[in-house]
Amino acid sequence: MEALVASAVGVMTAAGIFLILRRRTFPVILGLSLLTYAVNVFLFATGRLALNAPAVLNKYEDVPYTDPLPQALVLTAIVISFGMTAVIVMIALSAYLSSKDDHIDMSASDSVDAPGEDA
Amino acid sequence: MNHWIVAPIVLPAILAPFIIMVLRYHLDLQRIFSVAGVVALLGIALTITSQATTGEIQVYELGDWPAPFGIVLVLDRMSAMMVLLTALLALPIVLYAIGSGWDDRGKHFHALFHFQLMGVCGAFLTGDAFNLFVFFEVLLIASYGLMTHGGGAVRLKAGVQYVTYNLLASTLFLFALGTIYSVTGTLNMADLAVRVAEIPPEDTALLRVGAVLLLLVFCVKAAVLPLHFWLPASYANAPLPVAALFAIMTKVGAYSILRVYTLAFGPDVAVTEGLVGAWLQPAALVTLAVGAIGILGSQHIARMVAFCAITSMGTLLVAISLFSEVATAAALYYIYHSTLATALLFLVADMVMERRGGAITPTNPMPQTGLVAALFFVGGIAMAGMPPLSGFVGKLLVLDASRNAPDANAVWAVILIGSFITIVGLARAGTLIFWKCYDAQVVPPVEAVRDEGTETTMSAPEPHPGLAFTAVFGAVLGLVLLTLFAGPALEYTNKTAEQLFTPENYISAVLGREE
Repeated sequence: MEALVASAVGVMTAAGIFLILRRRTFPVILGLSLLTYAVNVFLFATGRLALNAPAVLNKYEDVPYTDPLPQALVLTAIVISFGMTAVIVMIALSAYLSSKDDHIDMSASDSVDAPGEDA
Repeated sequence: MNHWIVAPIVLPAILAPFIIMVLRYHLDLQRIFSVAGVVALLGIALTITSQATTGEIQVYELGDWPAPFGIVLVLDRMSAMMVLLTALLALPIVLYAIGSGWDDRGKHFHALFHFQLMGVCGAFLTGDAFNLFVFFEVLLIASYGLMTHGGGAVRLKAGVQYVTYNLLASTLFLFALGTIYSVTGTLNMADLAVRVAEIPPEDTALLRVGAVLLLLVFCVKAAVLPLHFWLPASYANAPLPVAALFAIMTKVGAYSILRVYTLAFGPDVAVTEGLVGAWLQPAALVTLAVGAIGILGSQHIARMVAFCAITSMGTLLVAISLFSEVATAAALYYIYHSTLATALLFLVADMVMERRGGAITPTNPMPQTGLVAALFFVGGIAMAGMPPLSGFVGKLLVLDASRNAPDANAVWAVILIGSFITIVGLARAGTLIFWKCYDAQVVPPVEAVRDEGTETTMSAPEPHPGLAFTAVFGAVLGLVLLTLFAGPALEYTNKTAEQLFTPENYISAVLGREE
């Protein structure tokens, strides 16, 4: 199971980084979401992987338990990354609609240094 | 428990939704509440700073859960002075945004502004590494809104780059925190310090990876080369009053480096001994050099000021990377100076752009050339570090602190030559913008530059240039006071550095309530 989780994190990170290096915003945003999935699984695994174990300590007998803190951290991370992805989708959409161009890098003509162009 | 500690977070957290939900269609009321909120924040910041000067480290347990099980806020000298700096910076900027009418060019400026203040103050006060991440996200998500405030195709494109870069940094932050948690089992900074010291040296490979990943994240925030690429385009294309507020955001990165790498991964902790300073110092020197060259090469005033911000971060991080008490005291003084000076230059750059456009080429003389030129001159002197303003004092302190460092020659050479190039670059820009205009070919005056896509759905009151000038003079006054009261300020930062380099007090204050 460790190998499966580890390779899942690795493959998702690799695919995410590959997509982030694309030139258009759509694959970049897909890559960002893949990266956040990878980091969520990674965070989940930082409390060590335990099967069929409750996330609470048992006062009466010594049974295995799983670390609850990473689960709380993952929950926070999921909420934040979901919200951030929504924000970047909106900003990217409005950038695309206002400039009719989905490229992520700024062309020389619309950079702030262009002569006669006062942003 | 002392409830003043949580007030700098709670006040903007209540005020911002109030502005959105109740005052959405009343710009005048928004302005009144926003300014009142910033003044109240300044009052709170002064209160907690005066409490922190006693040297006692106060802990605020959220939900009354004791550390390390709950999240704590910690008030020590450094967090107090940073909260005070945030409030001091926010006041002129909010006044300028009102005076120049920037807050009317899009929606929800004041609400986002207060959310940003909440994130910044929270990042300065928290004593928990994961909570630091959460407050980073709060300030970032507000900054995304502020950065694209007013809209326009170019600004939105720059916004996409900015958001992408920062989302990547946030992901890296989570990877770093996960790695550190998997080794130590805690994310409370004081508890982390205890656990890190206990780990046997042969088991620290993973922890070192975590520490370096975390440093990378903070370097992205602090715009250290080669992780600075987000800064020039996003600052130059953001509304410039917002860019002035962002001057505190790079300082959040510097603060986090100083906090984490004096407390948890301190200079005398075996795990990361020499790791941080050895990497940070060359990077900071290159940052300074590239920033100075960028100032000289910029063709646009906003981009030039963005490079000024990079240069001053370089100087600041050179001081931080020495990790000695004297150097840290100098760095803390320089944080105040560089934040105010960067903000001042951004505000002046906005005045220039509003009046004649931002290109550094001769065009027609603009209205109020003399006054704006004088303010640019003052800002330039402060930024370049010439006497008589606080930049000179700050750079002198940094140079003095690095005198006995192993690489003192390189540090002195880069700082001094960098300052010289900065002076030349600023002088060039000032000459072309303010003096050469009289020789320029007279072209028909352009209409006042307004952003495309600006919707003024609310009532559009006339801008108040008087208020804008008052705000900029307020920033100048801050620099002058920082120079005049350099002695008391330095006394405070000296004691702050002393407190930072005795982390035992911090740890026992957070963890051991019975002591």
